[in-house]
Amino acid sequence: MTEQNKINELIFEVIKEINESLPSDKKIKVAADTVLYGSKSKLDSFGLVNLIVGVEEKIQDETGISITIADEKALSRKNSPFLTVKTLSDYVSELLNNVQKEE
Amino acid sequence: MDIKNKVILITGTSKGIGKYLAEYYLNKNCIVCGCSRNKSDIKNKNYRHFQLDVADETAVSETLRQIRKEFNRLDVLINNAGIASMNHFLLTPLKTIIDIYKTNVTGSFLFSRESVKLMKKNKTGRIINMSTVAVRLNIEGESVYASSKAALNSFTKILAKEISPYNITVNAVGLAPMKTDLIKNVPDEKIEKLLNQMTVKRLMEFEDITNMTDFLINDNSSFITGQVIYMGGV
Repeated sequence: MTEQNKINELIFEVIKEINESLPSDKKIKVAADTVLYGSKSKLDSFGLVNLIVGVEEKIQDETGISITIADEKALSRKNSPFLTVKTLSDYVSELLNNVQKEE
Repeated sequence: MDIKNKVILITGTSKGIGKYLAEYYLNKNCIVCGCSRNKSDIKNKNYRHFQLDVADETAVSETLRQIRKEFNRLDVLINNAGIASMNHFLLTPLKTIIDIYKTNVTGSFLFSRESVKLMKKNKTGRIINMSTVAVRLNIEGESVYASSKAALNSFTKILAKEISPYNITVNAVGLAPMKTDLIKNVPDEKIEKLLNQMTVKRLMEFEDITNMTDFLINDNSSFITGQVIYMGGV
């Protein structure tokens, strides 16, 4: 499994965990093109916070690397990394690569 | 109230109020995780000590990770670690304000953030921030210390709203002066003047604090959040 696929899987796991506490009409699709942010998203701001915290935790558990996803860099980007599962996955991958380069 | 087996994290447990709280809750058969810059002399099978600087993000994150791995829950966080400086502001070095804000504000922020991540798994939790009556009394010579705790009070009130959906409460306790290291260098007449501004004119005792923490920790206190409760009727 490539690193990108692994990150996708971790995000999917978090979505599945969040889905457990959501009613069936509010459940989030477990797919790379799922919209996470904006009017087309089923997640409210509280749900997005839960998702980001959940992904940070999963990454730390799996890799031992602590990353902060919602940092100033992410929030000031022209294209939000929180738009879809894929953009989030790409951003997480970028953060992990930066940490590995620093080491 | 049955608080047996609750997992309680207390910052600043090497001495003073933090050490007293750790021993008090250990005696109630709670699991207590404590931290300080120094080693701890608390010997109890239910005590875990983490040696760290509360403003060190990586160390705080790792501490909560270890608590999660061992207990998979956290019921209570008491942000007790604090430092003070009594001095006219014209005589206060830059390092003093940086150090005080780092411990009193940044440390409480980091421990709260990482603790809520763990507490929210069980959809319950209590955070108690140790503040001071000096915020309300605006005591001369305490501009840096009191303003750092004013920041903590404001943080408490806003945090209460943000973490309420997780069924986690956060309150602050405005502590009154007591005989700890924090005020050992304050002249007696200053303390006397301070006590005269309080409704109940006496020094605070350890039991006054645990009476309040017991109340806030109680399962029945889920409706109390975002409050700053001052001791001594201030």
